[in-house]
Amino acid sequence: MTLLSVRSLDVQHGQLKAIRGLDLDVEAGQVLAVIGANGAGKSTLLRALAGSNLPTAGSIVFNGTDITRVPAHRRVAGGIALVPEGRKLFRSLTVEENLLTGTYRRRPGPWSVEKIYELFPWMPDRRRQNAAQLSGGEQQSVAIGRALVSNPALILVDELSLGLAPVIVRRIYEVLPTIVAEGTTALIVEQDVAQAMRVADHVHCLLEGRSVLEGHPRDLTAQQVERAYFGIDETPAAGE
Amino acid sequence: MDWLNAVVQGLLLGGLYALFATGLSLMFGVMRVVNLAHGDLAVVASFLAVAIISGTGLPLWFVLCVTTPLFALLGYLTQRVLLQRSLSAGPMSTLVVTFGLSIVIQNVLLEVFSADTRTLDGGSFATGSFEISGQLSIPYLSLATFVLAVVVLVAIQLFLSRTGLGRMLRASSDDPDTATLVGADSRHVYGIATAIAFATVALAGVMMAMRSSFDPATGPSRLLFAFEAVVIGGLGSLWGTLLGGMVLGLTQSIGAQIDPALTILGGHLVFLVVLAFRPQGLLPGRTA
Repeated sequence: MTLLSVRSLDVQHGQLKAIRGLDLDVEAGQVLAVIGANGAGKSTLLRALAGSNLPTAGSIVFNGTDITRVPAHRRVAGGIALVPEGRKLFRSLTVEENLLTGTYRRRPGPWSVEKIYELFPWMPDRRRQNAAQLSGGEQQSVAIGRALVSNPALILVDELSLGLAPVIVRRIYEVLPTIVAEGTTALIVEQDVAQAMRVADHVHCLLEGRSVLEGHPRDLTAQQVERAYFGIDETPAAGE
Repeated sequence: MDWLNAVVQGLLLGGLYALFATGLSLMFGVMRVVNLAHGDLAVVASFLAVAIISGTGLPLWFVLCVTTPLFALLGYLTQRVLLQRSLSAGPMSTLVVTFGLSIVIQNVLLEVFSADTRTLDGGSFATGSFEISGQLSIPYLSLATFVLAVVVLVAIQLFLSRTGLGRMLRASSDDPDTATLVGADSRHVYGIATAIAFATVALAGVMMAMRSSFDPATGPSRLLFAFEAVVIGGLGSLWGTLLGGMVLGLTQSIGAQIDPALTILGGHLVFLVVLAFRPQGLLPGRTA
């Protein structure tokens, strides 16, 4: 079943048209990774899906409903949650309060604050601490927890590994199968291509706002990905 | 004993200033809106109280129970209809809108109530006091205002820390963009913040009306006291506002004890000293 369907999407990021005519489908229950160089439009895509940047053209259909013009706060209630780039925890709130903000428009489902504490066992001990005092990896975990407690059908994770030590990244990725097993579909933006290829069922590579390569990770060769990622043009050979 | 009296009166006066300043602090903390019409709104509440009491003879507690929810509703609507539009246009335009609102309010009051100076006759409650010792007596009105201020601050504190909506208010204050991503409708959240601000300013306005005289143009000079209390205490901090109000009240009261001409000046001087040496305020807010 197709959970999210994006057609001919154009999104502006300031003056720049960051996403141009993008088509993308996310099947329920899969992990889709979006890779691409800096400035390829990955974050803008996620912000458009979450409702922070409204598209200038095209459509976003989620669960059979057109949500192209629906504001961000209503999308949360509809089942889309974003883990934003840079974590963006509420700095003056405690760890637990940050998680609780995610329950404001909670849908029925398996996730609760207690369940997040089971997923990240270090968290209960530090739940009264200010979110600003956590390390980057801990903040990322809280940000993921905050998104999960709303029980989204689709969780969008922006730059999961950015600025985190590899061992921390591995630990956070270890929880991904649990999240998917509970019925949440994941769309992750990842700069670490190898990491993305390892965890994803399907990969899209963005270049200058367009999807230039997509497929199952096992069907894609390293050379294909490299060419798509860096935009090494094949047109001279295309004349054959 | 005169000095002790001055200290006690000053501290109690601080409660009134805190009650009055809370709304200003809250609106700035949550929306980054400096409401220049804040003082005028208190004057509107003062006039409204005079009109209701002299017109109907209803008791004071009833007037408070009517004006406070009325102002809360008015605040919610003001935010949704007036301020929300200007918020997207940048901080300058909200400043201009509230400045305009201030002028409109003053002129409407002038039109409706004339330029006469008024006071609200609170009867024996406003003038009576109980004696602690020969020279120290505590006026009922000051004590009641102080208690009211503390009750209101505790209530706001509980709302902000214990309820989902209150949590969203704090989250929006930290990072409005991310707050919408976890499901906060910023227009509603801002509406609630403005409603609370207006409700507290209504309470303050009615209490002020019994304490000192007012006319349609009193608002801006009252606003100055609210600004001073907020800045001395620390922007965005509820208990800082109470502390700031008490410091301001104390300074004015001690200044008056030295020389009545020093009353207002003393407050201004402390305000300037805090701005110069501790610009974040005595109890810096979490959002400042």
